[in-house]
Amino acid sequence: MAEKYELKTKEVWDGNTAASHALRQAQVDVVAAYPITPSTPIVQNYAQYLADGYVDGEFVMVESEHSAMSACVGASAAGGRVATATSSQGYALMVEVLYQASGMRLPIVMTVVNRALASPLNIHGDHGDLYLGRDAGWIHLIANNPQEAYDMTLCAFKIAEDEDVRLPVSTNQDGFLVSHTAQIVEPLDDDTAYKFIGDYKPKNPMLDFNSPTTYGAQTEEEWHFEHKARQHKALMDSPKVIEKVFAEFKELTGREYKLVESYNMEDAEVAVVAMGSNYETAKIAADKAREMGIKAGVVCPRSFRPFPLEEVAEVLKNVKAIGTMDRSAPMGTIGALHNEIAGALNGFGYNSIITGYIYGLGGRDTTVEDNLEVFKDLAMNAEAGKRVTPLQKFIKLRGPELSFFKVGE
Amino acid sequence: MATPTERLENWDEFEIGAVLKSFDENGNYSRDHSKTYQVADWRVDKPIFNRETCIDCDNCWVACPDSCFLVETIENKRGKKQAKIIGIDYDHCKGCGVCVEVCPTPIKSLLMFPEFTDEKEALNNWPKKEDKKD
Repeated sequence: MAEKYELKTKEVWDGNTAASHALRQAQVDVVAAYPITPSTPIVQNYAQYLADGYVDGEFVMVESEHSAMSACVGASAAGGRVATATSSQGYALMVEVLYQASGMRLPIVMTVVNRALASPLNIHGDHGDLYLGRDAGWIHLIANNPQEAYDMTLCAFKIAEDEDVRLPVSTNQDGFLVSHTAQIVEPLDDDTAYKFIGDYKPKNPMLDFNSPTTYGAQTEEEWHFEHKARQHKALMDSPKVIEKVFAEFKELTGREYKLVESYNMEDAEVAVVAMGSNYETAKIAADKAREMGIKAGVVCPRSFRPFPLEEVAEVLKNVKAIGTMDRSAPMGTIGALHNEIAGALNGFGYNSIITGYIYGLGGRDTTVEDNLEVFKDLAMNAEAGKRVTPLQKFIKLRGPELSFFKVGE
Repeated sequence: MATPTERLENWDEFEIGAVLKSFDENGNYSRDHSKTYQVADWRVDKPIFNRETCIDCDNCWVACPDSCFLVETIENKRGKKQAKIIGIDYDHCKGCGVCVEVCPTPIKSLLMFPEFTDEKEALNNWPKKEDKKD
């Protein structure tokens, strides 16, 4: 029986520590991982908790991230609660197996610390890895600070393992800006946290020797489409469960989470949409913009997949000008988040002016002033009643201004 | 083998995760068990088994990745039960040729032939003991 960890009602934790304590409290049966910066401390801490007797499960040290996720798939199909952590190149190496995990409907939890993808090599935060897993069939939850990294990881188990979901879930926090920034975190005690998540309920476990089971059978043209469609349906239906879990979490902790977080949106005429630590920076910028007479608000989708299309459209429908903030190199098009926002508004019949901003690649610091510049752009578009700024701009890029689709060119 | 029409369920009807159970609730082979499937239709070369030269070492039985060697139980001279190789399950053999590799008899008791080869003809023309070369 695992030892209880003595926790204060308020701890000073960075995002990595917060995520590792959530994994510990979930009493995961198998963690298979290959440490990589900046998520290394999650795995390292977890191994320490296990060595010190705070965890009853197994820790499998593997030779690569591909093996890590493969071991997770095996352990999950065998019938255990399973988790891992990764970042960047490790995430990239896992991608093939991410699709296997979701296709086999295995409720694995992965605590991701977002980091840029090489080349050129970079260890700092951007959303290149998150976007890489965009279509992998996982639920991707966004955590904007260490408290949320803890809370989302606890919720992730409950969402993934729900019998109406049975899909893998990743929790995402910005490399270094969240993962290595210590803040006050209010954890639950071990028993309360475990009780919230509940015992693991296996479904079709391979270790049931009375009922031998094949996982991930081959399906060609007469089957594959049906399987993928059903998986998509499960993702599209999962917001109900996510909201149910968030409601239970609020009941327990008083901390409220929504599919779409928003700040000062009630009367907003311009809004920034951002995921990750910049959501909090943009909130401060929105306050400053309001001092300047710009009715500014901020929106953050809490789940990147499933994307809350209807909820996003609802919160943004009265906004005149929207700025989408993508923290990943768009490589030949508009940003992925921009695409979602434009699709959501168009799909539900709204006509806001939408411009996209690429920011913070490879950990480039993006400040309140940078966000304020975006709000000023948006105010110009709102005032003109049409787009007068470029469709895509790069924030804080050294050199001549780089932008695309300038008006009048 | 194409999926039988009665197996083509709709997207909301089958078990999630492409999960297949080998046995039904009563412990009988389920319709998903490969026993009921012919899964060898892409075979190009097939092994042919020559009972005359076989010594029942069971190497082929152990090595076959698809458990395709058919056996029957016999009593040996000392009255003990023993497995006797009697043939190949061509519904599941993919023609990988591993059995031929592991067959230890001086003249192989298993050889690969093109899929269309007549078994009797192959056995009639089975290689004889080679003359020793210098």
